[in-house]
Amino acid sequence: MSDLRTPLTSWHEAQGAKMAPFAGWLMPIQYEGILAEHLHTRKHAGLFDICHMGEFRIEGPGAAEALSRAVSHNLETLAPGKCRYGFLLNEKGGVLDDGIIYRFGPESFMAVVNAACAANDLATLRARLPESVNITDISNETGKVDLQGPDSLDVLEKLMGENFHDLGYFSFREAQWQGVPVLVSRTGYTGELGYELYLPAGKTEDFWKALLADERVKPVGLGARDTLRLESGLPLYGHDLDENHSPAEAGMGRMMTSQAAYVGKEGAQVVREVLVPLKIEGRRAARHGDDIALPDGTVVGRVTSGSFAPSLGYVIAFGWVDAAHANGENFVVRAARTELPAQKVEIPFYKDGTARKKLA
Amino acid sequence: MATNPTDLLYSKSHEWLRLEGDEAVVGITHFAQESLGDITYVELPLVGDEVSEEGEFGSVESVKAASDLVSPVSGSVVGINTALEQAPEKCNGDPYGEGWLMRVKYSRKPEGLMDAAAYEAFCATEGH
Repeated sequence: MSDLRTPLTSWHEAQGAKMAPFAGWLMPIQYEGILAEHLHTRKHAGLFDICHMGEFRIEGPGAAEALSRAVSHNLETLAPGKCRYGFLLNEKGGVLDDGIIYRFGPESFMAVVNAACAANDLATLRARLPESVNITDISNETGKVDLQGPDSLDVLEKLMGENFHDLGYFSFREAQWQGVPVLVSRTGYTGELGYELYLPAGKTEDFWKALLADERVKPVGLGARDTLRLESGLPLYGHDLDENHSPAEAGMGRMMTSQAAYVGKEGAQVVREVLVPLKIEGRRAARHGDDIALPDGTVVGRVTSGSFAPSLGYVIAFGWVDAAHANGENFVVRAARTELPAQKVEIPFYKDGTARKKLA
Repeated sequence: MATNPTDLLYSKSHEWLRLEGDEAVVGITHFAQESLGDITYVELPLVGDEVSEEGEFGSVESVKAASDLVSPVSGSVVGINTALEQAPEKCNGDPYGEGWLMRVKYSRKPEGLMDAAAYEAFCATEGH
């Protein structure tokens, strides 16, 4: 089998997880079941193997300015110890990938990118950065596990013997667990209070097991990861984001605050289609590729993500809709056997998340 | 793995059938529900619909997948499990009991279905 294995793949297999290829990796889709894992994360804490994602260190004289031209993240206002979400764009402003950039110092950064895009991201960034700036692929030596859910802070503090209450949303700091350096980042994609944790790959399994020793923590597969991120209203690269669409079309135009002349800046604000969040009453799901039509039957778009939302009890979806029709409120999704009445709603779909909870 | 009841017949598309006089009860197997994962929606025929052997009679959706239901028998539908509208998860928890799908008054006895032992051997070839 040619699928890549994370430091935790053998553990997942031993637990009887349902495994499947994902972005070139053999990953756990679910352990006990998507619904149970989803709801456990909303109530307590879920633990995710995210070792497949790509991490690059970017540093050297001129790194800040050069990186500012390479990606859309606003690095001018990003202080050390903070991280920011943004995009790697093509010349036309289409999204090549989305990801988070961490700032360690004035000229020292880490980019965290999607597994499926990592090789292309690395080549693109290398081509856009001058020789004085080093970009190092640290994906293989970096383990990444994410702890997400309302109990995550308490679990983490208990395990690591350190107070993280002062760590603000989208902030990070380096800490230690049994002498192992762990980068603790208060970020995530579930809509809940949560942490993305980076450590040496060889220590990942020990750390994973130590986190799971807390009864509030359960392992969560990619299935529930997807339903959690969708309920949180976050677009997924390869489904809701792609190189033919701009960040503004995905509703991210206003967060593009960088003053730098980054690649794709002009096209980043172009809007031809709009990523519309839809609510569908009932349990029958809209699926990627289903047509979106106006009530009179005119097809104006297509579904990019859709699922039964476990926390909400109905179906939610994202879809690209022609800009001229995106202000409408009522649509019809044409699923395989039937037509589903859909209503445009505001994101996040799930509004009771603890992600931005004040911890003081 | 749960054992498949020996009083049932099984199809290659992972439906089961129980003959009761001139009627047959149909559902999906343990293997099917386990492969699909958490079931969130079941589309059933209407009472009075005609179904045909190897013809689609509905569909079943899980969080991540959708699958057609294929009838192991021909006849007219005389009952459906309306409880699945609100509780489709019964197909996961009790596929051979509360998770049954439809009751058919069959027009001819189905042929070519497997018994439990043959079905278990068949599932083994499908990767479980």
